[in-house]
Formats: sequence, C-alpha cells, structure tokens
Amino acid sequence: MSEDQTITIEIDGKAIQAAPGQMLIEVTDAAGIDIPRFCYHKKLSVSANCRMCLVEVERAPKPLPACATPVNDGMKVFTRSPIALAAQKGTMEFLLINHPLDCPICDQGGECELQDISMGYGSDISRFVEGKRIVKDKDIGPLITTDLTRCIHCTRCVRFGAEIAGIRELGATGRGEHMTIGTYIEKSVDSELSGNIIDVCPVGSLTSKPSQFKARAWEMLQRDTIAPHDSVGSNIHVHVRRNELIRVHPKDNESINECWISDRDRFSYEGVYSDDRLTTPMIKSNGEWRNASWDEALAMVVTGLKNAGADIGALLSPNATVEELYLAQKLIKSLGSERIDSRLRQGDFRGEAPSYPWLGQSIESLEKVDAALLVGSSIRKEQPMLAHRLRKAALEGAQISFINPLELDLNYAAQQLVTTPAGMITELACVAKAAGANGDLIDQAEVTEVHKLLAEKLKGAANGALLLGNLATAHADYSIIRSLATAIATACDLKLGYLPEASNSIGAHLVGAVASTGNDAQAMLETACKGYLLMGIEPGLDLWNPAKAANAFEQADFVVALTAFRSANLEAAADVLLPMALFVETSGSFVNAEGTLQSFAGVITPSGNTRPAWKILRVLGNLLEVPGFDYVDTTEVLAEITQATSALVPNNAVSNQVASTEVRTAKNGLQRIGDVPIYALDPLVRHARSLQKTHDAIPAGVYLNAEEAGKLGVTEGDNTVVVQDQVRIQLPLFIDPNVPNGCARIPAALAGVEQLGAQFGEVTLEKV
Amino acid sequence: MKMLSDYIKSLAMLELLKGLRVTGGYMFKKKFTVQYPEEKAPISPRFRGLHALRRYENGEERCIACKLCEATCPAAAITIEVSPPLPDGSRRTSRYDIDLFKCIFCGYCQEACPVDAIVETPIYEYHFENRVDAVMTKSKLLEVGDKHEAELAACIHADGKYR
Repeated sequence: MSEDQTITIEIDGKAIQAAPGQMLIEVTDAAGIDIPRFCYHKKLSVSANCRMCLVEVERAPKPLPACATPVNDGMKVFTRSPIALAAQKGTMEFLLINHPLDCPICDQGGECELQDISMGYGSDISRFVEGKRIVKDKDIGPLITTDLTRCIHCTRCVRFGAEIAGIRELGATGRGEHMTIGTYIEKSVDSELSGNIIDVCPVGSLTSKPSQFKARAWEMLQRDTIAPHDSVGSNIHVHVRRNELIRVHPKDNESINECWISDRDRFSYEGVYSDDRLTTPMIKSNGEWRNASWDEALAMVVTGLKNAGADIGALLSPNATVEELYLAQKLIKSLGSERIDSRLRQGDFRGEAPSYPWLGQSIESLEKVDAALLVGSSIRKEQPMLAHRLRKAALEGAQISFINPLELDLNYAAQQLVTTPAGMITELACVAKAAGANGDLIDQAEVTEVHKLLAEKLKGAANGALLLGNLATAHADYSIIRSLATAIATACDLKLGYLPEASNSIGAHLVGAVASTGNDAQAMLETACKGYLLMGIEPGLDLWNPAKAANAFEQADFVVALTAFRSANLEAAADVLLPMALFVETSGSFVNAEGTLQSFAGVITPSGNTRPAWKILRVLGNLLEVPGFDYVDTTEVLAEITQATSALVPNNAVSNQVASTEVRTAKNGLQRIGDVPIYALDPLVRHARSLQKTHDAIPAGVYLNAEEAGKLGVTEGDNTVVVQDQVRIQLPLFIDPNVPNGCARIPAALAGVEQLGAQFGEVTLEKV
Repeated sequence: MKMLSDYIKSLAMLELLKGLRVTGGYMFKKKFTVQYPEEKAPISPRFRGLHALRRYENGEERCIACKLCEATCPAAAITIEVSPPLPDGSRRTSRYDIDLFKCIFCGYCQEACPVDAIVETPIYEYHFENRVDAVMTKSKLLEVGDKHEAELAACIHADGKYR
C-alpha cells in the first residue's frame, strides 16, 4: 500500500479516513474521539505500557491498545463497548492499587490526568486491602521535585530524556511493583530541556520545585506571552495567582517551539521576584544613592540628555521589546545622535554587515537540513530549541559539523573542529579553499583531508545550512569570519544564517536600534560620549568589553540607566537609575530568529514603582518636546513601526569578497574564550534563583585543559591571576577538557569578571 | 327546646369551664419553654456554628492547605496561603482566614475537608466588638479547636455512622 493512499476504518459506527501505518490513537485524536491514555504522547515513541487505551477491535480475541495498533482498511473499532470499558476500568483499578490518596497535597491535584481519567473510568471503591508501595524520593536537582510513590510507570520522562533531550538521565530500574524511576547513580538531571518532564508526567511524580505548594491548579489564571531570552521566541503560558507569577508552561506552537520550552524560559520568571529588583527611581548625589520621585529623576534625566545633546550614546538590551527599541532610537536620533546599538556582545564591527540578519530559513525547516556547518556556536546552550531541531535533523542522518573554540557536549553525532580563535579563521579559510572559493586569506590556506571531506559534505547537501553563533559574533575578527562564512555558503550553496543571541536581536535591526560602523557599540565606548543611555543592561556583564565600558562611563558627564535590577557595577557607572518593568509586566513584541514578529500583552502589574520602559521613554520624549511621542499604548507604537518598516525583509546578503582587513587575533599567546554561559545571558536569568543553583550555572573562573594547566603549574581549585589589558583579577582555576590548547575559557557575564576586558583577546595567567 | 338548653349552658358558664380545662391542663403539663440563657436547647451533632481548626492527638495540625474548603466555599469567605515546604517536606498553611461576615454557615468547608481539619462547632454564642474581629484567623481557629477538641471529636464520632 503506498503512502498517499487513505483507508477507511469504522470507529464506534462512524466511518473515518486514515493513512495506512497510523496508530489507532492518532486517528481517534484527529477525529476528536476520546480514548484515555497515560503513556502515549504525540511527540514520544510508543511504549504501550500503561494499557489504559485498550479498545475493542472486531475479530481481535482481546482488547487492543489503541496507541500501538496500526489501522487497517475496514477495521471496526469500538471505544465505548462493554468489553472496552471493562478493560479500561480494570486497568484503572490496577493503576490505582499503588497510587497514594494524597491528591489534596499534590501539586498536580486538579490538573492530573490520573485524577481526570479515574473520574471517568475508575471504580468508586477500591478492592485492594494490602499495603501500598512506597518509593523513596530522589533529589534530581533544584528544578524538579520528585514524589515517586505517585509514579504509574508510564515512562514518558524516560522516553523524553532519551528521545527529545538526548541524554538518558532518567531510567527505570527493577521490574513489576519494584520498578522505580531514577537516575540510577545519585545525580541531578541537567539537561537544558529537563523542565519538560514536569509537563509530560501525567501524575504528580515530577513537579516544579520553584513553584512547589505555591498554588493549586484552579486558583491560577493562564496568560499567554513570549519567552524573553533566546531568539526562538517560544510561546509560553504564564500562570498567575493574585498578580503573582507561579509558573511558566509551554504553549503549543508547532512552527516555533512545538510543545517544549527550555529550562531558561521556564524558570527565569523567578528573577522578577529577586531581592535586587529596583522598585523606585534613584539618584546619585555626591556619590551617595538616594531614592527619588519619578518627577525629580526624570527632570534630572532631561537635563542630562539636553546637556549631552548630540554626543549621547545609547546601549540598548537586545532583550528589550521592538517598541522599546524603536522609541529609544527615536528619542536618541531626535537629540541628533546616531550612536545607538544593541549588538552589545559583537566583537568586531568592520566590514559590510547584512542589513537585517536572520536565521536564513524558518525554524521548522531547520530539522530538514541534510548538512550544516555551525561556526562559533554552542547551540545547545545558546538556543536550546533550535538545537533540538538540529538534533532531529542529525538523527535523520544530517551531517552536522562545528568549528568552535570549545568542544561541545552534544547529544548527537557530529564532527567538531576545535581550535583557537585564530585557528577558527584558518579552518574556515581552509574549508572555503576546499570548496573552491577565492580570496586573500583563502588562497594562503593549507587544505587537509579533513577540510576536503567537510567541503564535499557541504557541497553534496541539497539543503545545507551554515550558521553563525554567539561565539562567532563575539570573536574579535567577526567580520572576517562572516565573510569567510559567506564565501563558503556561496561556494557550497548553503543557506547562510545567524543564530541571534537574544530574544529581539533581529527586532533591533528592524527598528534601527543598530548603528552604522563608527557609531556602533564598540566605537561609542572607545571614545567616550558625553552622555549615555543604558536600557536593560548591567554594564559589567552585558557588554563585550566591560573594562573599556567602565572607563567610558567614568569619563561621561551623565549616564542614565533604565534597569530592572540594582547592581554594584551599574551603580558605579550610572548617575540616575530608572526602574523598568520586566517582560511579564509590559506589553510589546519580539522578532524571533526566523523573523516572525510576536506581540504579547502584560501579565502582571509592574512591581513597586517600576514602569514599562516604553512609558518611560514616551514621557522622556514628551519632556524633551520631541514631536510624535503621544502614544497611548504599545499597539500604537507597533502600528507606526509596521508602517515604517513594511518594506524590510530579513536579508543576510553581504558581498562575499573576503575583506582584506587585518586579522586582529594573535596566533600565539593564551587566548581568552569569553563565552556566555546559558544561565548568564541577560539580567533576568541571572537573577533567577533556582536556575543559578543548577550545574549549568558555572562559577566565574579560568577553565583550562589539563595540559595548559600543567604548563602553568596550577591544579584544579588553585587561584590564578588573570591579566587582560593591564587589568589583574584573581579567579579560581578549573580543569575543563573541552578547552583547546592555547586557550583559556574565562566565561563572561558572571559575577567576578566585571573588571576584565574583551570576551576574546589575549590574556596572561600568573600563579598566585 | 334548644334555646332553653343553650340558656342553661351559658348561665352555668360551661363553655368557659371547657376552655379553662384546656388552659388548666397545660398548667400542670411538662413545660417546653427554655429559659435561655440559664437553660439551652439540645442541638444535633451536625450543628453548624463557629468554625474551628483541629489538631491530631500528637498536637500536629490537621490542615494540609489543600484549599478544597476555599474552593468550595460559596461565599468566598475563606482565604488560605500555603507556607513553603517545611523541613520535613510537609505542607501547611501560613494563613487561614474565615470572614464570618461572609460565611453563610453552609458547612461545605467541613464536607470538603479530607482530613477533618476545619469543622463547624456547636458553639453559637460569640460576638465581636470590632469589624476586624469577625475574621477568624488561623490562631483563633486553632484556639477554638484546642479548647473544644473532646466535644468536636464526639460530634464527628456521633455523626460518623450516617456517612
């Protein structure tokens, strides 16, 4: 029977069309016929172990599980016949034998699949008089609470780990009544997607630890919004009780996040309730910070901005909404300045930049690639949901290769070329030469067998992709990497794409919150402006070169910061702090990696005396008497943006001539790899308590491989002095086999490295 | 003839005596009037008076903060906050308020309670001197429960066989 044929089956007397090979439960789900189930999940493999979906099939001697029975032409199925109902009731009774009656204290109570189905299919009385089974709870980390006595052994969490997260962290040990779910060796579940096992668990065995006991299912209101961290723009449900955020759940959107979200999107809401939240405007007078009224603070900002005039620089968070970025650039441009940027961690602004860089294809099509080369991307930690799509492609046989300054822990087979920052350029040039491209750097390249094979793989791909990640963007020779990548992409006919760092990196390009070369984020810190406007950033942690930034802010007459959090570093830099609302407290829009603009409404009222940033900017516009600043809500701002930018479409095109710019990265000397760890991306996630307790929240330090550490004569745990651009700080040393020779991984954006210089550059290490 | 007999009857005040016999009869019968507050009427073990929170015999609070009473309360008189998990992992309330001005004494909270923690006691004599006092806080509710535990346990026991 061929694939495109449809067959007709009869379910409960109704004729229904189905595709051959489909499982019965898929057909009934599509037709809206309800069959109870626990172990079946549309995104996971079929295990058929709960036996709840038993249905009667004509001429079958016994009831069959709908999730594991393929449809056949002319099949007659009865889902509510006495035989089917008796089978389901029997299964339910067995499932309830060992399930504790602790629904009143269970966080799943009220939204529990077992509760719901036992109402419909269970018996009203238990015939079981023997003792119930008790399973000791396991500690699997700061994000997930276990209550394994409640487990009904559906193994959805185990299959999720193996099939979606790609790490077999959970497993089932023992058989029958002695079967328990666990990590086998006492350890935490560390996947960046681990929170999804809370959703797949049909009972209350796995529940969210940060929101444990906080609210019951019926007390919460569900609001929809967009996750504010990576550039996927995952659709999320936010659950709110009495104006308090309780938890975040994924909202199904097949083309963006399917039915999953990353842990960063799920648990970062805790940052909203951080003790460091700034809730009232503050003014620095004579070096002392004091609380001020909005009127006073705004008046001071207006004077400061007027004094700075055209010599003002604006550093805007790429996590800010489209509306905020638009208003900020409109305000700054009205003052006569062009110095507006949100590419805060870009290491190099030379050369021609694409006008509106994006992923180069839709998120969904990423899982259809047959070969991909990722340059400078730790994609699993940077964009977990995109990594999941790419993993799907890899499991389908796609050839994935990486050129990175760090070896990655990947959950699929891929080729990794791990090399120094200077080596990345050489490797790219070699691949470009092997692929047949020409150019200054390319012609000098010495091609080896590895490069030839890689180039062949990429050339042979019908649907190939070349993606540039955060480590490429932060590279001190990003412009060279970009032009080499463009050369490779052209030579091999690959779709060139950028993996934007933040939730609105692309939106910033849309509304013009990025400057031309000379006015960019680096240039405006290189030569200090008279005044600065910072929005949503912590200067020590969110900028490419914090040392230089601190210097520039010191020289400036006036620095105003719109911020949600207080930090010592920000207080040292700024003169006025205006408290800004966070993502759930404001309305707005984000443009995700594939260029989709997604708008959202505010969910809770802003805490304390904070105001949404767009309102602050609007009032500043009014006070500065800028025309056209009379917006009543964000939809008006968005309408203006849509009108002004309707002609803009994402475009990655740049001239593929390799710019003959000099390579800045030295080949010798110890090179810093200043990656941004997954839970240090932006201020919100840095203040999320539970995420900061996970293993992925690594401490600040120097990460060297054993060989480099041996050369230096230091061992794990020692303190070392890091010298970068005459700045000396002490950091603990960790041995990390993923770091190549000649490199020291000193992650950026962690408390303790605020004084250091650029994310990529030469460092020297000294023994204490 | 009839006229004559009626005349004699009324002259002898027979109707009056008949009536007085009923009145006089009640004078010597058992009295129903209760001399409140010296005397009190008997009440059922199901009587729904002032609320109380009970404890187990070992002194542990019964309430597990499941909020079923809050959910079922038709007058929305109950407000509960849950405390973060205690060191032993148990779940308890940090706030349990019943607004007696809102309460309609329907007894649904008692019905919903899976652990017999919230009960309506046979107490019907109480008053407030301020409006705020009408909110029974957790400590007040526990105090009532502690004071009348024997009585409450007896009521629940007496009613048990009908459930």
